[in-house]
Amino acid sequence: MLYNQPSPLEVKVLTRRFGLPDSQSLDTYLATEGFQGFRRALEMKPEEIIGEVMASNLRGRGGAGFPAGMKWSFVPRASSKPKYIVVNGDEGEPGTCKDRLLIENDPHQLIEGMLIAALAVGAAAGYIYIRGEYRRLIEIMDRAIAEAYRKGYLGENILGSGLRFDVYTHSGAGSYECGEESALLESLEGRRGVPRIRPPFPAVAGAFQCPTVLNNVETLCAVPAILRDGGAAFAALGTPKNGGTRLFCLSGHINKPGVYELPMGFNLLRMIDEVGGGVWKGKKLKAVIPGGSSCPILKASECDLAMDFDTVAKARSMLGSGGVVVLDEDTSIVSLATRVMRFYQHESCGWCVPCREGTTWLRKLLERFHAGHGTLADIDLMGDLARNMLGRTFCPLGDAAAMPMISYVEKFRGEFEEYLNRTPGGPLGRVTIDG
Amino acid sequence: MTFSPELETRLETLMRSCPPGREASALIPMLLYAQDETGALTSEVVEEVARRLGITPLQADEVISYYSMLRRRPAGRHHLQICTNVSCMLRGGQELYGHACKRLGIRNHEVTADGEFSLEEAECLGACSWAPAMLVNYDYHQDMTPEKLDRLIDSLEKKH
Ligand SMILES: Cc1cc2nc3c(=O)[nH]c(=O)nc-3n(C[C@H](O)[C@H](O)[C@H](O)COP(=O)(O)O)c2cc1C
Ligand code: FES
Repeated sequence: MLYNQPSPLEVKVLTRRFGLPDSQSLDTYLATEGFQGFRRALEMKPEEIIGEVMASNLRGRGGAGFPAGMKWSFVPRASSKPKYIVVNGDEGEPGTCKDRLLIENDPHQLIEGMLIAALAVGAAAGYIYIRGEYRRLIEIMDRAIAEAYRKGYLGENILGSGLRFDVYTHSGAGSYECGEESALLESLEGRRGVPRIRPPFPAVAGAFQCPTVLNNVETLCAVPAILRDGGAAFAALGTPKNGGTRLFCLSGHINKPGVYELPMGFNLLRMIDEVGGGVWKGKKLKAVIPGGSSCPILKASECDLAMDFDTVAKARSMLGSGGVVVLDEDTSIVSLATRVMRFYQHESCGWCVPCREGTTWLRKLLERFHAGHGTLADIDLMGDLARNMLGRTFCPLGDAAAMPMISYVEKFRGEFEEYLNRTPGGPLGRVTIDG
Repeated sequence: MTFSPELETRLETLMRSCPPGREASALIPMLLYAQDETGALTSEVVEEVARRLGITPLQADEVISYYSMLRRRPAGRHHLQICTNVSCMLRGGQELYGHACKRLGIRNHEVTADGEFSLEEAECLGACSWAPAMLVNYDYHQDMTPEKLDRLIDSLEKKH
């Protein structure tokens, strides 16, 4: 299913089968160059496969943008332990709604991506961890996996190559933190989603303490095209060091919200105006959250930039998970900050003190401020608290809460100050209804 | 404690998907699928799942308390989760949630007296581009408005 009209500006690599009749079926997949990348990979040496992925400049779509080929190269092939491919389909970052489309519309593309990764690192099994709310997608994935087994694309002696590879789905049960890779692995092993200390990294000791490739759904979905058409062709679609296309999720105050596949480096203002149809109701742009709620906010004046990992990082934010949230001129940053912090406080796993206490303090402070009981000193305190969390938490959830908070206070300090002299609530009304 | 044959098959598949000796890894999906059938993770259900995995009920409990979808008490027959996180908030998610509270006469994590409906203010459901979004059990309803929500609740009430 597609939930929004495509845009003529899209470059469809990962989404090329979206909207085809029976796009979930193996027949449709095979009729549209499916498994050609895998067939090529079968004839290559593992280092050649990894070399192709490196040449593609594919970087992780889960948020951090780590080069996928390099991650694969860290897996110790010589290790006698079993190796695993783990797919991160937790999709919990607010603003992000793309992995579900890839699973729903083209599940075999993900299977093929996993198979190629398996060849590259010598893995014999893979787990697709999908958030519990996506039950219907787990069902779609399970059906696709069963079909792939029936037709010889999974299981023993795949396509007569002697390769054995098994794939399983694994449901989450409601936890943002379980999208963090080490917490995900804990959850995969049947425990609370509490992060692990690193090193060792998953490449060395991941699932069941065995060498593991852990990638986002979209990252692995890009791999079949890379092997099929070559890493260089994929790289050429994007900007230097930022290969290919990615699925941008436009949401918020925009005329045509939706998920669009665009080349890396697409200009953000053009994305809003030409792909998304501009800010809604003829209003002016106030700010953009460029890559999910964990990313520092960009003021409208900072939005004329190329959407690739490096350019957005230079603007002191992050490309993150591709969730582009557009805010119009009437948006209350105080309301936004309050809701965002409530989320991080709710999702903090409670394991480490700076994150558990930091998010709790910030939430309380912001809720009090939002309710109209704030003081000037509170504004500094918010920034100080967040800066004291930064880099001091056990996993990056603490940073994910602190970084946007710091940006709100730094970039919209005037608005916080003004808020002190105003009736509480703001145009977005009350943030907290209860609980 | 007996489960339906479908659930039995599901639980076996889940246990078989784990490496040998690591069956306890299947705990979370097993609890969730069991809960879907039994309505809640009562002590009886938890003890049964724990027994199969060779862990203590306390170990299972520890896990249940962590995950927001796992619950000890039943939700309503129609469990409504309404997202009020950023993208939904910007397009009326909070008003939608407030409307649901009024219409159903319940608040967060409560169940209507007849057990038909329960409500939860949800974090991002992964439907941000089609906001505001909500779930009824496992089914998504997107681009919602209070009017659409009323019609949805009407149709669920009729389904009795
Ligand atoms: C709190 C937190 C939540 C995360 N949630 C997700 C998620 O839902 N999906 C995802 O793919 N990555 C998520 N990540 C990033 C993962 O830790 C990891 O970097 C990623 O899955 C690696 O895959 P990639 O290299 O293909 O991007 C999250 C990270 C943090 C710190
Ligand atoms: S913010 Fe509501 S679905 Fe993502």
